[in-house]
Order: sequence, then C-alpha cells, then structure tokens
Amino acid sequence: MSAYVLRRVLYAVPILIGVNVITFALFFLVNSPDDVARMQLGAKYEDPQAVEQWKRSLGYHKPLFWNGAAVGAARLTDTIFFDKALRLFVFDFGISDGGRDIGYDIRKRMWPSLAIAVPTLIVGLFVNVTFALSLALFRATYFDTWAVVVCVVMMSISSLFYIIGGQYLVSRLFHLVPISGFDAGFDGLKFLLLPVAIAVVYGIGAGTRWYRTLFLEEIGKDYVRTARAKGLSEHIVLYRHVLGNALIPILTGVVVIIPLLFLGSLITESFFGIPGLGSYTIDAINQQDFAILRSMVFLGSVLYILGLLLTDLSYVLVDPRVRLQG
Amino acid sequence: MAFFPRTAFLGVRMASPLVAVLAGCSGEPWNDPYPAEDARANVYYDSFSERPKHLDPVRAYSADEYEFIAQIYEPPLQYHFLDRPYRLEPLTAESMPRPEYLDAASRALPDDASTETIAYSRYRIRIRPGIRYQPHPALARGADGSYLYHDLSRGELAGKRTPTDFPKQGTRELQAADYVYQLKRMADPGLHSPIAGFMGRYIVGLAGLGQRLAKVREAGGVIDLREYDLEGARVLDRYTYEILVHGKYPQFLYWQAMPFFAPVPWEVERFYAQPGMRERNLVLDWYPLGTGPFMLTENDPNLRMVLERNPHYRGDTYPAEGEPGDAALGLLADAGQPLPFIDRAVYSLEKEAMPSWNKFLQGYYDASGIGSDNFGQAVTLGEQGAATLTGEMKRRGIRLLTAVTTSMYYMGFNMQDPVVGGLSKRARNLRQAISIAMDYEEFIAIFLNGRGLAAHGPIPPGIFGHREGRTGVNSVTHVWEEHGAVRRPLANAHRLLAEAGYAGGRDPATGRPLVLYFDTVARGPDSKAQHGWLVKQFGKLGLQLVIRGTDYNRFREKVRTGAAQIFQWGWNADYPDPENFLFLLYGRNAKVDYGGENAANYRNPRFDALFQRMRNMDNGPQRQAIIDEMIDVLRVDAPWVWGFHPKSYALHHGWYRNAKPNLMANNTLKYKRIDAEARAEARQAWNRPVLWPVALLSLLLTLSLVPAWRGYRRRELATAR
Repeated sequence: MSAYVLRRVLYAVPILIGVNVITFALFFLVNSPDDVARMQLGAKYEDPQAVEQWKRSLGYHKPLFWNGAAVGAARLTDTIFFDKALRLFVFDFGISDGGRDIGYDIRKRMWPSLAIAVPTLIVGLFVNVTFALSLALFRATYFDTWAVVVCVVMMSISSLFYIIGGQYLVSRLFHLVPISGFDAGFDGLKFLLLPVAIAVVYGIGAGTRWYRTLFLEEIGKDYVRTARAKGLSEHIVLYRHVLGNALIPILTGVVVIIPLLFLGSLITESFFGIPGLGSYTIDAINQQDFAILRSMVFLGSVLYILGLLLTDLSYVLVDPRVRLQG
Repeated sequence: MAFFPRTAFLGVRMASPLVAVLAGCSGEPWNDPYPAEDARANVYYDSFSERPKHLDPVRAYSADEYEFIAQIYEPPLQYHFLDRPYRLEPLTAESMPRPEYLDAASRALPDDASTETIAYSRYRIRIRPGIRYQPHPALARGADGSYLYHDLSRGELAGKRTPTDFPKQGTRELQAADYVYQLKRMADPGLHSPIAGFMGRYIVGLAGLGQRLAKVREAGGVIDLREYDLEGARVLDRYTYEILVHGKYPQFLYWQAMPFFAPVPWEVERFYAQPGMRERNLVLDWYPLGTGPFMLTENDPNLRMVLERNPHYRGDTYPAEGEPGDAALGLLADAGQPLPFIDRAVYSLEKEAMPSWNKFLQGYYDASGIGSDNFGQAVTLGEQGAATLTGEMKRRGIRLLTAVTTSMYYMGFNMQDPVVGGLSKRARNLRQAISIAMDYEEFIAIFLNGRGLAAHGPIPPGIFGHREGRTGVNSVTHVWEEHGAVRRPLANAHRLLAEAGYAGGRDPATGRPLVLYFDTVARGPDSKAQHGWLVKQFGKLGLQLVIRGTDYNRFREKVRTGAAQIFQWGWNADYPDPENFLFLLYGRNAKVDYGGENAANYRNPRFDALFQRMRNMDNGPQRQAIIDEMIDVLRVDAPWVWGFHPKSYALHHGWYRNAKPNLMANNTLKYKRIDAEARAEARQAWNRPVLWPVALLSLLLTLSLVPAWRGYRRRELATAR
C-alpha cells in the first residue's frame, strides 16, 4: 500500500504545478500587476510613481514567466511566477499583498470553519443515514413516496431561504440563540447551534435521497434475500447488513470532502459571522490579492487530492476485497 | 399546559437546561451574543461590514479604516463636534495655527499679500504638553532607561502574537518630533501613502526625500527616518514644529485634521522593524499606537474589533457650545464633562444586512443604518418627502437622524470624446439635452427610497459655495416654481438636441438613432433595473444608450486613457471646502493628460482662471461670487449630468446619547454616551425566550413516530405472500 501512496503523491506534483500555472495565468490575464497595485493603493489621488514603487517593493515589477533581460537560470527564476508561486510547494504561503502572514491567517481561520463543518458532517451523516434507512424500511409505501417528495422540495429550496428563515424564526422571533457571532471554546457553543442545525436540515433532502438510493440498490441483492430467509428481522437486515455493504459509496462521498472541511462555507460563515476560511478566497478576489488567492487555490488542490487518496485508503478498511497496488 | 400531552415538553425540558447553561445561567437573554458579565457594562456596540485594510495612519484612507484609527490617532486639529458649518479647532495643538507667508527669498509677507507673490506658507504648530501615548511595549524601558524590546532575537519573540503579549508596557509624552517623523513616513515609498504624490506637490522637500528613500530601499538598506532631513518639516523645540508648503494653500489646515498628519513615535517603527515581527503580523499597520481616547485591544477584522479606553488619555472635555437647537435636543447636557464617556467599544463584523438589522432591533447594536430591504419597516415618507419613523420603531424608542452627505454622484461625459466631448455648441447642446432628460428626482425615488437630493452643481449642501432655493437652481435643467425646482419639460431637451443636429435623436450621418456608450462596473442582476432606467432616459430623446459592463480594472483603465464615453462616478469630500469639489473639473487635473481627478477631462480656460483665483481665497462674498460664476460656466458646459447628493439615514436606540451627524469628523466615539442599565432592561424585555415552538416540534416528532412504529410492526408480523 505504501508504494501506492507514494505513486499517488508523485502524481500530485504535476497536477499541483498545472493548477499553479493555470491560476497564475488566469489571474494575470484579468489583472495586470498595475491593476493589483492600484487596487491596493486606493482610488483617490492615483499616482503612477506610487504604482511603480508598490510593484517594485512587492516584486511585481518583474516579468510574469520569462525574464529575457536576465541570464542563465535567472530567466526563469527572476520572474513573478517563480517568486510567488513555487514557494507554495514547501507550504510557504508568504505575506499577502496587504502585508499579512497568510499561513498564520489560514491556521487561525480554519478552526472556526471546522467548528461548523465537523458537527454538520457528523450530525448530517447520522440524520441522513437514519432517514434514508427509514425510507428503505418503508419502501414502496405512501410514507416513502411522500418523504421523497418532501426531500425533493427541500433540496430545491435555496440555502439562503433556510438561513434567513432559520435566523428569523429561531433567533429573531423565538429568541433562543444569537442570530450571529462567534466565540472560542465552550462560550462559542451557543453560536454554533443554529448554523449547524440549519446546515443539517438543508442537507437532509439531497442526502436522504442519495443514501436511500444506495440502500435500495443493496436491498435488492441476493445476500439480503438470504438474510431474510434466515428469519432476521428487517431492522437487523438493514442496520447490520445493508448499511455495512453500502459503506463504500457512502465513504466515497464523505471521505473526499473531509479535507475540504477546512475551507469552510462562504454563505454560512457570512450570514452567521463565523470568522472562518469561507470568505477568505472571495475577499482576496475582491481585493485582487494574488498572494492569498494562489495560496488558497493551492491549498484547495492539495486537500482535494488528499481527500481522494483518503477515499481510496478507506476502501481497504471497509471492504476486504479491495487491495491497493503500487 | 393541559393542551399538550406531557411528552410534548420532554424536548423543552431537555433543551432548556442546556440552553440555560449556554446562556451562562445568568438570567440574561439566551440570544445575547455578548458575555453575560458585559450585560450592564459601559460598552458601545456597533457593527462593520467591510474589514479595514490598513490601520497605519500614513496609509489608511477609507471610512472603514477611519472608523477605528480616528479614535486612536490624534492629528493636531479636529472638527468641532456640534458646530455648523463645519469648523476646525485644536485637538493636540495649543491653538489654531496661522500661516505665515514668505516670498521666494523666504522673506515674510503680510497676511493680505497677493497669491502670486507668496512662494511659501509656513505653519508653526505648538502642541499641548502632557499628552501621553497609550501603553505599548515599544515604549517600555528598563530601570536604566533603555528600551526593553528594541533588540529582540527571534527566540524572544516566540509566543508573541500581539503587543499585549509582552509583559511590560510603557508610555511617554507626545513630542513635536513625532509629527515630523510621521511627515517623513509619508515620503517613504515602502509605506505606500496614498497622498504622498499629492502632498509632494505642496510640502517642501517631500518629493525629494521620497526619491532618496526609494534609492535606499532599492539598495536593500535599512531606513531610520530620524537620520533624514525633510526641508519642509522642522522641529523647533520639544512641543513646536513647523511645516513649509509651496505657495498659498489654505486647505492645508483641513489636512491637519486627518490621520495622515497624526504623530507616530520613532520607537514603534523601531520595535516593529525587528526580525520576526512581520512574520507574526506584528506591524504598525495592524497594531496602532496613538494618544487618542481609545486604543485597539482586539484586532480580528474577520470577527470583531475592540477599542478600550486609553488609561493615559488626558481627558479633553465635551464641547460647551453648538448650533442653535442643540441644547433643546440635549446635546449640551454633557458640556464640560471629561471625555470619553464609554469604557469600551465592540464592533462586530456583519457582512450581511439581515443579521445586523435584526440584532439592532433586539438591542444588541446601539446604532444602525437602514438597508433598502428594511427601509419600509423603519421609515415612512410623508407627502413632502419628510421621513418619520414607523410605529414599531417609535415603540422601541428608536430615533432617526438624517443628513445630506458631503458627497456627489454624477454622470460624466468624456470631454475628449468626439461625440459628447468638447466645448462646441453642438456638443454642449447634446449634453444639456441629456442633462434635462436624466430625471434624477425619479432615480432617487425609485432606487434610493427618496434618500438623496438631486444635484444642481458639484458642491453639496453644507459646503461653502452651495446655494439653496431659487438661487441654487440649475437653470439649464430646471425652472423654479412655487414649490421648488422642477425639471424642464422634455420639449426643451428635444429642441436642444435638434439644435445640436440630432433632431429626434437621429444621427444625421446614418439616419439612425445616435448611439452612445455608457461604461460601468455594475454588471450583476441587481444593476439591471438601473441600466434599464438609464436606457429609458436616453430613449426619451430618441438616443440609443449601449451599456458596456466591465470589471473595475478595465473601467479605471478606460477612464484613465480616455476610452470611456459616458460613465458614472462619485466623490466624497476630504474636507469642507468648495475647492475639494471644483478641483474635480480643473483642467490641470484632467485624468488623461495629467493623471488627476478630473475624470471628465474638462478644460475651460474661463473656469480654470476662476478656479485659480478661488482656490486660495478665504470664505466670503467675494469667493462666493467667483464660485457662482464658475458654477454658471459648468452648468452651461454640462461636463457632468449633475446627479445627486445621497442622504444618510441612521437609527439609534434611546439609550444612546449625544448622537449628531458629523460628516467631517471621524473621531466622534469619545462623545458617545450609553445608558447601559436602560439597554440591559430593554434587551431582557425584548428577548424573552419563546418555548412553545420547541414543544410543538417535539410533539410533532413524537407523534410521527407512532404510525411509523405501527407500520413497522404490521410489516414485521405480516405473513409472507
């Protein structure tokens, strides 16, 4: 298995280089270094000299990919791309164009994101699997039919509706928890209840339908018929046998997103005032802060690759038939 | 209770202790977002929607940034809190500085010397002794007088993330040298001051110092600004310094009320320049150090910013005089009382308007703006456009403050454009016709909920030079009738258009509607209605307006290079002087030719000559007469469609005292007073937990289990078929 993991890690290198190049090219296709400088310096009293000085002090005065004026390897290394993008491979995110240590900001902001995302994932998974198993239990009944209709309705409604409605009902009308805010430690629990609850409810429609489909597919298999023929009760069949065998597709969906939980949710964090990573990338785009943008895209790519790798590894754990070969 | 079965309350019983624990078992509202121990504390609560980018006074320039640093840094002057029209008064200065005029040989000139003979103006500023900085490790000294934290190794910085992580904090007295030091910082190219280029034209030697420092920075050298002289800024003694500016520039005093000119002690730059500081985000741009009434004790712009009372603040007093009527409003009740009144100010980030508005209604914010979504809930407009609060707001004791902002939003024509630009009669008539057709009164009613005033010229109300009533009407676009200014009928616009050679809006060259182009950065669905409205205004004349949506960078580039034809822009006053608006149309500030702020590239020799005379005059009838003439020239030339001056609507709760709009001053937190007891009682009354929905939900869930269980049992017991 270690050979397999090593091979996947090596595969990741060209992928990350490609992501870096594309991010870099796309960003500077839309924004020139002069644009970035002007954005940082503000709209009033534009001064070309100040723009030039800003670029020089942050290294944006160099050519993008190829420095024809340099000699030897410096033609490649004395460029913005080399300066700004390649250091990421040692996870040196550097300083943002606004002057902040990006690594510190990411480390600080990922915890509030996780505080929302982890309970949402765990509770949501439990609720969705439970509902889906219940629907599988009552399959082909009116209850099942209407539940599926409700699920479709729930997944058709925008997340904004759940958030605004939830805030209005639970916080504004019933005064049960704060509308928004965040605090560290135990004091922060009251701020998490509502966003987690809303995120779980929002996910019920899509999650339940997806898992119900998986369970129904399993229920039709021979081993289930055999279990029933042995006289096992339906809930034993479902919870012990069907659930266990449906774990592979469930894991595919769940494990792959675990690393991405660090990146947070833009809308949830915006509405609930959670100081997570959700808005970090969007803010960077709005402020044309390339340093943050490249770091977050790189981090997102690394985490996604990590998620896929973890998914593959998890197959081995839940299905003895799977063997990973290098 | 009898209505619900006992099981229905199971969920409530289980949930209540949990939530009570979460609420701190204090009897305080469950939805209180603040710590229970602060419920009756003397704290001001507010929100912010845009995180400040810079807190270094030499770099910060936006309202989001001034909201914080203006409470921390103290320039020598400030705006009087209550008096109108806006006037400057000393803040740290002992008295208002008066300029001394010098000729080219540095000989003194009389106060009434002609502008042409004045080569320099010298401002001598004496600051009050005894002003002290907030506690900060940069100023901490040992028993031998040496600085404790000026030579730290990287190892000694381990675990240090904020200035308060250092065990010793020090202070010292404010000196004139700190103001001069800040002026030198303005020249430092590494600090990217947005006004360095602009001030370089005025402060003697500033541009030259910038060039010298740039060379040092390029060579990788370390800069200690104390070692560099700035010709235009000298320390005369411990409390006195002088600034020398080129020519006569009366508006320079207004700049002295902005944080750009606040003091920075050299020690703090020395402290933050140490190796390892920047990697820990320990920079002046993040952790300011000032002499003001407050100091920043928590800086997490992604969550909240907290200002606390500066223990070394000298205690200036609340003003004893104001406008007529201020006393009746209770605004002079605190006259002579030492400032500040509050101990702490907590600003929470609220990116979305809805949570912010709801928290204001719950009493968790002391003040709020009014978003367009909530306007109808908060305000009703009378027939004459008078705004009053709705019954719900009145019942909560909420109060409304309105003010016309010192801002201007306009639609500019690129005067270098071959179709809409130039001073020919054809182009002038075309622009005048469009100016009549653009019904900004309608725009304000539709898109701003009536929160604006249609503009008749570039100078907003509240700024010297603005005229109210009949004398202030733009006769090109409006006529004065019994109830006020009324936009001219479209027939006038059609006539002007025909005289321009575009009868019926047709281009004689093609016989088709004349096509004009409007460049804008607004491209989202929210902007569609406004674009539709714009197209309709031009369509009234038979003109075809093409909306060219573009990103902000390209838009700025188009304006900078003169590629835009028609565009919308705005300006917010830096200071309350007509020069700060009329310079936007001065020929030497044309964007394309000189890179200035005249985005329309308007150049009229008559206007320019009048501007040069007006800019250096004191306010008075003579200046007003020149301004009137300048505005007449502008109205005829119509380089802008005079858009509107927005009105600000602000709400505050009854427990928040000394609220008065001041559009120039940013350091107003020190005047605010909070009745924390009244607030705590209101919060409790407004936020009692409502539990029946929890009970109902529990009941429904419980009831839903019954048929499920019965169905399951039936299936389990059924015989196979």
